Amino acid sequence: MDKIDKSTSLWSDALRRLCRNRLALFGAIFLLLIVLLSVFAPWLTQYEYFEQDLVLGAIGPCREHWFGTDTLGRDLFTRVSYGGRISLLVGACATSVSLTIGVLWGTIAGYFGGHIDRVMMRIVDIMYALPFTIFVILLMVCFDDVEVRGIDPQLFTLLLLFMAIGAVEWLTMARIVRGQVLTLKQQAFIEAAVTLGLSRRRIILRHLVPNVLGPIIVYTTLTIPSVMLLEAFLSFLGLGVQPPMSSWGLLINEGADAMEEYPWMLIFPGLFLSAALFSLNFLGDGLRDALDPKSTGGP
Amino acid sequence: MLLTIDNLHTTFSTHRGKVHAVNGLSLSVAPGETLGIVGESGSGKSVTCYSALGLLPPTATTTGHAWFNGIDLLNCSPVDRRRQLGNRIAMIFQDPMTSLNPYLRVGDQLIEPLRLHRNISKPDAEARAVEALRETGIHDAERRLRQYPHEFSGGMQQRVMIAMALITEPDLLIADEPTTALDVTVQAQILALIRNLQATRDMGVIFITHDLGIVAGMCDRVVVMYAGRIMETGPTTALFETPKHPYTVGLQQSLPAIQQHGSHLYTIPGNPPDMTEQINGCPFLPRCARAVAECGSASMDLEPVGEDQSTACIREQSP
Repeated sequence: MDKIDKSTSLWSDALRRLCRNRLALFGAIFLLLIVLLSVFAPWLTQYEYFEQDLVLGAIGPCREHWFGTDTLGRDLFTRVSYGGRISLLVGACATSVSLTIGVLWGTIAGYFGGHIDRVMMRIVDIMYALPFTIFVILLMVCFDDVEVRGIDPQLFTLLLLFMAIGAVEWLTMARIVRGQVLTLKQQAFIEAAVTLGLSRRRIILRHLVPNVLGPIIVYTTLTIPSVMLLEAFLSFLGLGVQPPMSSWGLLINEGADAMEEYPWMLIFPGLFLSAALFSLNFLGDGLRDALDPKSTGGP
Repeated sequence: MLLTIDNLHTTFSTHRGKVHAVNGLSLSVAPGETLGIVGESGSGKSVTCYSALGLLPPTATTTGHAWFNGIDLLNCSPVDRRRQLGNRIAMIFQDPMTSLNPYLRVGDQLIEPLRLHRNISKPDAEARAVEALRETGIHDAERRLRQYPHEFSGGMQQRVMIAMALITEPDLLIADEPTTALDVTVQAQILALIRNLQATRDMGVIFITHDLGIVAGMCDRVVVMYAGRIMETGPTTALFETPKHPYTVGLQQSLPAIQQHGSHLYTIPGNPPDMTEQINGCPFLPRCARAVAECGSASMDLEPVGEDQSTACIREQSP
């Protein structure tokens, strides 16, 4: 019932307002194109991402290799499209992990207050204090030997990576949401909702969460790029994606090393990463405006 | 009696110690009756009602009873209490501008109590909402339901709040200074609206206000509160014509009157007491011109001093 109520008002209105915002729409379409490119990578190229051609080496963009090749003669277009899979997946999964935990944690701590709030926020503080790298390394090492039946080990490492990043990124989200909820809780309309006899669950889901969506969306669009960069950093340390698999972060790392002789190795993955992040930001901005009924004067 | 509050005590624990907001207060409202609660800011008017409905934050401790429909609202389960709230008991607030959720359409908020407390389909609920808006004098109700709160003026938002409160046809309406944030002409409209709707439904109303003018025009009976206690109570006309308690007299004298133009406005000397201390005797003593030594040990029980009127002032009580 809750969902139906919302979909007829808040979300459908937001969608209509979003469609009127050209920049956001452009961002959404561009993002979709990048996603499609990554998903359909095997059908778009005749090379494999691990296929080397040591005799060829690194050559610039040409008819056979649109984005050129890297020092091992691997087709860069193929590697960038495959890399998009990992980077976008990390972005999406780790962010949704951090979003879910962070929003729930922050809302509960903020709404209930008192001892619950104090305990929950101290846990956040403690986790903040742990050095991130050590925390992730611990996680990765602990679960390294664990073999889950039915799951490909490589995929499992990847999943672990998503979890590890998500488990760290939710801290700031929880703090932001808690702060928002603390101020919202004082608002008369929450009090009014209580006097209507609404249950706590309903007050939180229907009255609190929609009101914190704005800051949540803004912070989410900021989280996605930082998550992608984290993945690059972890991969660089040998904890994340391992060559010959590729990700944008990994490619940029490789490209940065070879920047002086083979600039295209840096330019193409860099271009894709920044294009994706730009579209995300436009989309996030547009979403935030679309979800605020006051922004465009309503329907 | 519709609502009977019996020996209500409310304290808040703060870092300065315990604040005794309500001290042994009892009152009752009959069906169809309007009870006014008046007093200065901080006298415990709102806290009384919030305590009785169990709406205070966990830092507050409440003891006593609040009987409504055979249920003690102060000692029942939260679920039982929620069944009454928004259903048989409704509330309207001081500031309509912040009492509506800015992210939900007005229509969706209006039907919320109906959908929650009545087994009713959405189209039926919406039909009721249109009706409820019309009753509160909002034209073009169908279109208005599709709008967001910020598209309404303050007076219109208060009409929506009233429509929302009355949509389940409650037995008791608690109005917590409902016109304080509105300008005078809108105030008159809203008051007339509440009075009309009350008359057609035979609903009990508790009207919390610091405006004696509103009390005179709206209420059948008045309770004058000071420092979390009842100082005096009685029918509105009797209380205004023959006020017994010095505090009631003081409140009346501090009303600005147009014919007294140019003269100084009367104020009651001194300030309300520090509520962190448990006060023995009459809390109004330090500000009272008629105080005698016995006031410091007065029991503060209400004694009848006329037809239905009773006061806590020992100087007026017969020995």
